[in-house]
Amino acid sequence: MTALVIAEHDGTSIKVATRHAVTAAAQCGDVNVLVAGYNSNAAAVAASGIFGVSKVLHVNAAALVHGLAESVAAQIVAVTPNYSHILFAATEWGKNIAPRVAAMIDMAQISDVTRIVNSDTFERPIYAGGAIATVRSVDPIKVISVRTTAFDAAPDSGGTADVEDLVFVAVSSDVIFVGNEIAKNERPELTSAKIIVSGGRAMRSHEKFMEVMTPLADKLGAAMGASRAAVDAGYAPNDWQVGQTGKIVAPELYLACGISGAIQHLAGMKDSKLIVAINNDPEAPIFSVADYGLVADLFVAVPNLVSSL
Amino acid sequence: MKILVAVKRVVDYNVKVRIRSDGTGVDIANVKMSMNPFDEIALEEAVRLKEKGVATEVVAVSCGVAQCQETLRTAMAIGADRAILVESSEDLQPLAVAKLLKAILDKEQAGLVILGKQAIDDDCNQTGQMLAALAGLPQATFASKLELTDGRVLVTREVDGGSQMLSLGLPAVITADLRLNEPRYVTLPNIMKAKKKQLDVFKPQYLGVDVSPRIMTLKVTEPPKRKAGILVPDVATLVSKLRDDGLVV
Repeated sequence: MTALVIAEHDGTSIKVATRHAVTAAAQCGDVNVLVAGYNSNAAAVAASGIFGVSKVLHVNAAALVHGLAESVAAQIVAVTPNYSHILFAATEWGKNIAPRVAAMIDMAQISDVTRIVNSDTFERPIYAGGAIATVRSVDPIKVISVRTTAFDAAPDSGGTADVEDLVFVAVSSDVIFVGNEIAKNERPELTSAKIIVSGGRAMRSHEKFMEVMTPLADKLGAAMGASRAAVDAGYAPNDWQVGQTGKIVAPELYLACGISGAIQHLAGMKDSKLIVAINNDPEAPIFSVADYGLVADLFVAVPNLVSSL
Repeated sequence: MKILVAVKRVVDYNVKVRIRSDGTGVDIANVKMSMNPFDEIALEEAVRLKEKGVATEVVAVSCGVAQCQETLRTAMAIGADRAILVESSEDLQPLAVAKLLKAILDKEQAGLVILGKQAIDDDCNQTGQMLAALAGLPQATFASKLELTDGRVLVTREVDGGSQMLSLGLPAVITADLRLNEPRYVTLPNIMKAKKKQLDVFKPQYLGVDVSPRIMTLKVTEPPKRKAGILVPDVATLVSKLRDDGLVV
């Protein structure tokens, strides 16, 4: 069996998320990686160094520069007949493309796999992680998105794969890339951070959110996250949202400040190794998953915590 | 321009589901069912486009059991002009639903299809993308803003790290994310009007679609339980525990 991992990259390096998918792929068979991009030779070489990868397929074309679904999917579909499994990390990018590929080859797609039971049987969360379904796909090619927090990242060196160049498949799809607004972030990336400090609606304003949480994040070298309520209220940017339909995280330490702990938020962080909650409501559901809970006014407790660290 | 909106009847988002002790699935008998929250947002956007004069008709579609008619009546109370139910008690999975929607799209010749980005029961996040693929259309998922001008749709998408703007020709498929809009409350007069609006019911066979499931659920189990935590009395105790755990210095 051979599994193909679709690499997420910036032209030069492969994103960590892809290496989690490589680990999952290794449980399905031999692992190949596809790098589709523009001027992406460096990324292809980086992919060939990932431990456990036996071959890298590289497609280089201007149309692929922004990684849009229509174009990337067409490159993947050209090679799917050679594979038993096609895997994507369940990032926004992976989730955007995986189902398109599956439908193009008339296969089902299995989203957010957390465990590979065997080559056709997988575990995945449903109902915001309230239940785990064990599912079997009867299709000959399994198209899968992998929950990165459920698999370790394969080491980024030690691999000695060959890189094979593929011919670009042109598609006529009426979609034009207009622009990006990607925040410059000096902090660790939310989905791979060791420590995350997260704020909720109790912060009351964007200014307060940043004033209270930034020193804590700085002290701990942490990534910053937020509840949906905080993002909806404009206290934090949308890509900080942790939850069922936001980012799924499982850091060593998740510190939830002023977050009540709705089911949908827990879905995004309850696999964290250690959870700390600070909330002035002793009934807040977050305390049911917190290893250490502090019932206190966060506007007093968090600055206190920062100065004690 | 006609807009097609797909809506799904799901367990209400406030419900904490119970897993059947025999492991065959989640217990949804007598549980409150509602329109999938992302689909409400999709519908709200379509209705606003009609109110702006950009669209001429909003058609709501649902695939599932007969009770989905209630969900469709709610859709019409929100402002859909007409509704279609593809009735089946089969386990309809995203690929099958996408095929049904494609058949309906072919019949209706809509200029835009808006769906919720994911259903909160199966959490698949696939149907919109699959529909776009089957219909050979461009897709813009996780939309937080939509603008229609000069026969194109400019979509702002929520992506990892921020946002992305794409311009799509029509017809196109868009999936709605949380912050696209805030859905209106349904008013009683609109609920009454909705009862009289047209609701057609088809079977999948009529649309020539094979809806057999491709994925079998072998069992459904509880997620791993965390062991119970403790309350700490003050920040000093918290810091000392975190130091003992080796997480902070």
